[in-house]
Amino acid sequence: MLGALTILLLFQLAGEVLVQVFALPVPGPVVGMGLLLLTLVLRGGAPQALSDTANGLLAHLSILFVPGGVGVMLYLPRLWEEWLPITASLALGTLITLAGSALLLRSLHRRRQDRGQRP
Amino acid sequence: MTGRLGHIWVYLAASPLLWLTLTLIAYQGATLVSRHLKHHPLANPVLLSVATLVVVLRLTGTPYQTYFDGAQFVHFLLGPATVALAIPLYQHLDRLRRMWVPLLVTLVAGSAVAALSAYGIARLLGGSREVALSLAPKSATMPIAMGISEKIGGIPSLTAVFVVLTGILGAVLGQWLLDRLGCRDDAIKGFAIGLTSHGIGTARAFQISALAGAFSGLAMGLNGLMTAVLVPLLAHWLIG
Repeated sequence: MLGALTILLLFQLAGEVLVQVFALPVPGPVVGMGLLLLTLVLRGGAPQALSDTANGLLAHLSILFVPGGVGVMLYLPRLWEEWLPITASLALGTLITLAGSALLLRSLHRRRQDRGQRP
Repeated sequence: MTGRLGHIWVYLAASPLLWLTLTLIAYQGATLVSRHLKHHPLANPVLLSVATLVVVLRLTGTPYQTYFDGAQFVHFLLGPATVALAIPLYQHLDRLRRMWVPLLVTLVAGSAVAALSAYGIARLLGGSREVALSLAPKSATMPIAMGISEKIGGIPSLTAVFVVLTGILGAVLGQWLLDRLGCRDDAIKGFAIGLTSHGIGTARAFQISALAGAFSGLAMGLNGLMTAVLVPLLAHWLIG
């Protein structure tokens, strides 16, 4: 577990360094994720300990959002001031994105399957 | 006696230990409540624990910074957790290869719709530019969204709040909306939920089924990447 956590941190670190060196427009952890994925593909698999630690971390993903979420208390006046655009943007934006991506993926997937059945 | 208790409180309230512990307790308590209510979408553990903690901080007059000094240890793990997304991505590489064209098209379109609808709706209804820019990356997972927000001129910590609210909304409304749309494929449901509402949505998707959860995790990872590339470009084109 300690080794696996070290690997994750090393990839994050490598990501941060690359972002700084090449002034990439992507956050460091994302580059780290890309590097790790590439490594797993080249290596042909993930060590068990790494899978276990990663899955353990991802199983409790929700709690990692709590400290940032509590930050809502800092912005209550600002949120109150612009409550209408913020509420509409959050609610409608979320519904539009959910519905749009589900319907698009379903129609693309169906079309592909139909084509697969009639070659 | 109260004097002594007061001393202990003053000491503990300023130490990271108390707020870190309370964050863990609040979340586990919220998880128990959620389980008790048979995982009803409205009994979302993040929603419940954030609400509880805000009330506790308000009642005790504790500033957010003092709270965050303790809670930052939890917050920090978002970085390695983002790197860890490479593992479910790798595990589903096969399905990813088979469905890659529909998934990629949906990813690009969904990511753009998420950012443009968030920014556009806020601006149309008179929201300030700063707030609208802070809303734009809200469908990406938190460290990614905060990083993008900073780059495009938003307020990163405000974006963190929007990310959590979007996650909760997607988790609460996702299944209901997709059922109404007649969407029965768990892979598609999961992908839409993860793309829209990242980790909080993914935690919810795992309660629908393992397949929904895996596709949600996949979409969360991919949309993190896509938002990081797309939103700075869109922001550049839209506002220069």
